[in-house]
Amino acid sequence: MLIEPYKDRIAEILGRYPEKRAALLPLLWLAQETQGYVSEEAMREIAGLLDLTPPQVFETVTFYSMYNLRPIGRFHIQVCRSLMCALVGAENLLSWIDAKLGLKTGGTTPDRMFSLHQVECLASCGTGPMMQINDEYYERLTQAKVNRILDDLRRDGKSDLASGPFMFPEPSNKSSESSCRTN
Amino acid sequence: MPHELILLKNMSQPGYTGSLADYERAGGYQAIRKVLGKMPPGDVTDLVKRSGLRGRGGAGFPTGVKWSFIPKDHPGPRYLCCNADESEPGTFKDRQLMERDPHQMIEGMIIASYAIGVRIAYIYIRGEFVMGAKILERALAEAYKAGYLGENILGTGFAVDIYVHRGAGAYICGEETALLESLEGKRGLPRTKPPFPATNGLFNKPTVVNNVETLANLPYIVNRGVEWFMAIGNPPKSTGTRVFCLSGHIKRPGNYEVPMGITFREMIYDIAGGMRGDKPLKAFIPGGASASFFTSQHLDVKMDFESVAQAGSMLGSGGVTVMEEGTCMVWAAENLLHFFNHESCGKCTPCREGSSWLLQILRRIEHGKGKMEDLGTLARLCPNIAGRTVCAFGDAEIAPILSTLQYFRDEYETHVREQRCPFRRAPAPDLIAVGHG
Repeated sequence: MLIEPYKDRIAEILGRYPEKRAALLPLLWLAQETQGYVSEEAMREIAGLLDLTPPQVFETVTFYSMYNLRPIGRFHIQVCRSLMCALVGAENLLSWIDAKLGLKTGGTTPDRMFSLHQVECLASCGTGPMMQINDEYYERLTQAKVNRILDDLRRDGKSDLASGPFMFPEPSNKSSESSCRTN
Repeated sequence: MPHELILLKNMSQPGYTGSLADYERAGGYQAIRKVLGKMPPGDVTDLVKRSGLRGRGGAGFPTGVKWSFIPKDHPGPRYLCCNADESEPGTFKDRQLMERDPHQMIEGMIIASYAIGVRIAYIYIRGEFVMGAKILERALAEAYKAGYLGENILGTGFAVDIYVHRGAGAYICGEETALLESLEGKRGLPRTKPPFPATNGLFNKPTVVNNVETLANLPYIVNRGVEWFMAIGNPPKSTGTRVFCLSGHIKRPGNYEVPMGITFREMIYDIAGGMRGDKPLKAFIPGGASASFFTSQHLDVKMDFESVAQAGSMLGSGGVTVMEEGTCMVWAAENLLHFFNHESCGKCTPCREGSSWLLQILRRIEHGKGKMEDLGTLARLCPNIAGRTVCAFGDAEIAPILSTLQYFRDEYETHVREQRCPFRRAPAPDLIAVGHG
């Protein structure tokens, strides 16, 4: 099921490495890309391709936080919770998402459109608070921006508020009132 | 004082897209013309050694020396890995370097590959950087088309292939031996050293792992020479510029490239505009989450490897996070310990169990349930973790605790005495422990 339609891509991936097992992460990405998550069936197929046992594949998958072992919402919201974003309002960002979608960390909306997780630093510390939704970064967020992004995604499947290549931070002359951690 | 930009220069020109044409117009791919087939590989290593270039990823190991550890008579393949895993909290320079000017790093990889004798090189990029991976793939395709990669580069007979390899969410894979394990398709557990990657690295072959920013410096060292490079920064131990990442309560957050050796005060107040809201500075992290906290008394410390180390912290990855008066230090330490607890790979018991204990104690104190003896427990636990693990993660996870305990012990005591966080007006929603892997 994974192998047949992607024969050429799989061959290209295998060609990059002198040892087969090195293709494991790229093949798991391919599986997740096509199915939205890494199914048990995909893990078995990949194990067969790479001369590994299914447990060898499973033990590797579970080490990495980005592989989903079960289907999740169409849009996977990942909010950076690390200190740099927390200093500039990561907690606010979570409450804005909750206010808009009634969605808490670890949850999925009943229509299976949105799932929410908190994650560690996404290397976007100059433009916090920020979140990643599927492949896109959304930075320097405000409540109004978050509302628009979530509306856009629900309606159009994409939002033009997604960052392009590295977003240059803008001067922040806001007073510290937007911070959740100051008096 | 005005500083000459080196790595961020091209991208700061209006209209610069980072395409091959733009990079060539700015003088790109001239360095490989001076190196390939013109200089013996050993001379290139020697040049980098003499430049004093040190790794920009965190550990600050001299780059040329690292290369020279590759056994010269080794018959089989050797590998180069570009460490683009950038996941040290507070650090976001490599993303800018890759996404805005990918070719300078690729040219650096070609130079390094030539010096070390590498035929296949990998860029290990963290899984979240989907944009970065796409931009690199596009740049590599351009470089292949122009004859800068692949067989017989520029007619010199030298050949190298570069592949992008995406990680999948694990901080530890920025540690070089964990990166190699991960690239081999395994769990990213750091290896016991020795043997070092220089002799037994990727696929058990001699391997060099260099950071994005380190590699991006190479074309300029080749083009403009060792003397030029040596004159920048605080020689002889800290040569060149660093791209520092400013975040937190600062007016103008972002990446700034400056010669090493300016003070934190100049960086924070003159260059990055000072504190947001003009509140007094309370504390700052000088080099990413793994570095010990500094306070306002450290503002005149110079931003170079030696000066920061002498003052009791480390320059690390260059991530400077600034916190204003009113920021709770116990909360900050708890936040960072959540990170370390989540990201501990689990291989070594002191780190795996220790990070969990440390987090529980900090959480208890921050949430008004601490006991005075918890402070002693923290101080006793930390030295039983540091130095007792395979990699430097164990030393990193105790840095936020020991340094905040050292400079802000009274704050910890207030938390325990008043059985609440004195900085919180209302119970806040928890930034909670969630890993979904």
